Amino acid sequence: MKVLYFAWLRQRTGVGEEDINPPATVIDVAGLIDWLRARGPGHADALQDVSAIRVAINQEFAELDSPVAPGDEVALFPPMTGG
Amino acid sequence: MAIRVQRDDFDMGEELRRLTGDNHAIGGVASFVGLVRDMADNENIGAMTLEHYPGMTEKMLTEIEAEANRRWPLEASLIIHRYGRMEPGEQIVLVATASPHRLAALESCHFLIDWLKTKAPFWKLEESGGGGRWVDARDADDAAAQRWNAGPTSKKHAAE
Repeated sequence: MKVLYFAWLRQRTGVGEEDINPPATVIDVAGLIDWLRARGPGHADALQDVSAIRVAINQEFAELDSPVAPGDEVALFPPMTGG
Repeated sequence: MAIRVQRDDFDMGEELRRLTGDNHAIGGVASFVGLVRDMADNENIGAMTLEHYPGMTEKMLTEIEAEANRRWPLEASLIIHRYGRMEPGEQIVLVATASPHRLAALESCHFLIDWLKTKAPFWKLEESGGGGRWVDARDADDAAAQRWNAGPTSKKHAAE
């Protein structure tokens, strides 16, 4: 599974993207975020408030209860501010 | 229909001329250009950097443009969105729509910029005195985008 981070999530985690191999107990976005928090203090800081985080799975918007699977591209980012 | 995501600036006049080309079914062109401001929340901004999600950005802009073409009878449409570092006064985004009639052109242009702001994966980092600050999303932008969820009003009018 690949995880991408954008904007302040990228800055606080210190990575733009990483390949990960979460355990089979991680079945949805919320579970994945919980698991990612344990990767280090930067991740714990960036991912502490899920209400501030938006998610896309394979470049489609997703929710905290959306399922994730091996091979997925999961992107975590703040609300968008383009235009 | 066309979308472009690019670092470079664009020439608005040239883009609008190319959009209409020789299509004389077009009776009106509407456009919106977003610019970098030098103030935000009463703070001076030196410059801003736009980050985006390559791949998903193009996908979302294509979907938003297709939705505009479903809702309004458009002869042509164009979205250009820049990324990278920009100084105050620089052009960030161009949305342009062309239709036989003005209402469809004006409404679809408004729709495109409202939806783009909340659905296209771009993030602004402002440079101010104390360093960089990620711009917060505004509730007003969500409200503006949601206004269009009820559907279009002009397709019917345009056909009458």
